[in-house]
Amino acid sequence: MRAVWGVLAEVPDPEIPVISIVDLGIVRTVTAEPPRVTITPTYTGCPATQAIERAIRNALDQAGFTDVAVATAISPPWSTDWISNEGRQKLRAFGIAPPPRGDGRGRLTEERPAVCPHCGSEETEEISRFGSTPCKALWRCRSCAEPFDQFKCH
Amino acid sequence: MTATSESLLVPFALRLGDDALILGQRLGEWCGHAPTIEVDLALTNLSLDLIGQATLFLDYAGKLEGKGRDADRLAFRRDAVDFTNCLLVEQPNGDFAQTIARQFLYSTWQQLYLNALADSADDTLAAAAVKCVKEVAYHARFAAEWVVRLGDGTEESHRRMSAGLDWMSRFVDELFEMEEADRALLAAGAGVDKAALRPAWDAEVARVLKEAMLEALPQRRTLTGGRLGRHTEHLGHILSEMQFLQRAYPDAVW
Ligand SMILES: [Zn+2]
Repeated sequence: MRAVWGVLAEVPDPEIPVISIVDLGIVRTVTAEPPRVTITPTYTGCPATQAIERAIRNALDQAGFTDVAVATAISPPWSTDWISNEGRQKLRAFGIAPPPRGDGRGRLTEERPAVCPHCGSEETEEISRFGSTPCKALWRCRSCAEPFDQFKCH
Repeated sequence: MTATSESLLVPFALRLGDDALILGQRLGEWCGHAPTIEVDLALTNLSLDLIGQATLFLDYAGKLEGKGRDADRLAFRRDAVDFTNCLLVEQPNGDFAQTIARQFLYSTWQQLYLNALADSADDTLAAAAVKCVKEVAYHARFAAEWVVRLGDGTEESHRRMSAGLDWMSRFVDELFEMEEADRALLAAGAGVDKAALRPAWDAEVARVLKEAMLEALPQRRTLTGGRLGRHTEHLGHILSEMQFLQRAYPDAVW
């Protein structure tokens, strides 16, 4: 099953292709008996979920794991705390501020400013809590004047 | 769960799915028409969340029903009388303030409701509630912030926010009405005591309206019936657009 994890680690997230679905924390379990990969959606309406399922199916088939099933589970719900440290670094390098740590449900009311992924400044302001995809908010840096996406705490 | 309560779960899950579906469809009407690009993105993000939630609940209803109907089938091939969404979510968008009024009243309720449903004895409903409430917390906060911004804004925005709340206020009581299935499911530990949510809802709405320098919600004659399939004329128009393709070309696929 370690080989299956290896295949999954090469499957990019369709919306943020610099990070893999494993880094994003949406691969929940890989089991041998029965041979099955269980994934979880980030947001219930995330249109990428179906694309991800297809991408996993294709990658497993190509690697010869045609007998491995792909299932979806919503409980426990995905949290941005499941994004790996490596994933957080890759997001930052790509120009997306990684989400603050802590359960999104409890954190909603005491958000700290996002750190600008371009210059590291904390002099930033939220422009819109809803960005280009369900998982991102739009921010602007007052130090370097660049706009940037923040991965929302969830 | 006994067989009886399982048969009660079908209409229960349908109601949750129908609310989310119709409100999601309504918000989708704003795509490309909102006052600013940020608001356009926000409203369509909310819409997307709600349609995802509708898929969860409608798929579950279809599975329990056991007639081979999935979420798409339930969404696109039922008539208005078979929809059991509350009247609030089918109300027209009106201007932006009216849309925000509807969203504020509904999301505030939905957040309380889903928090309670998270303790349901039905594992699927509880899991769906925990998943959805994380999204709805953002919706409620977005709407409340706009109520304050418009209410405590210009004379014109204040007037429009008041008018929007005035329109939507007639559909509030229905959110807290307990149907027979609600009471039976509550007794089985799977449902939600909607009437018990009212004080917390009243308090939150009052808090936001006060901050927005707005009057308390007007006392008006209440309109209900959506849960029983008796809808305002608006639902038929929503469905005629939403269902057109599947009605004209049944079982068409991409
Ligand atoms: Zn910067």
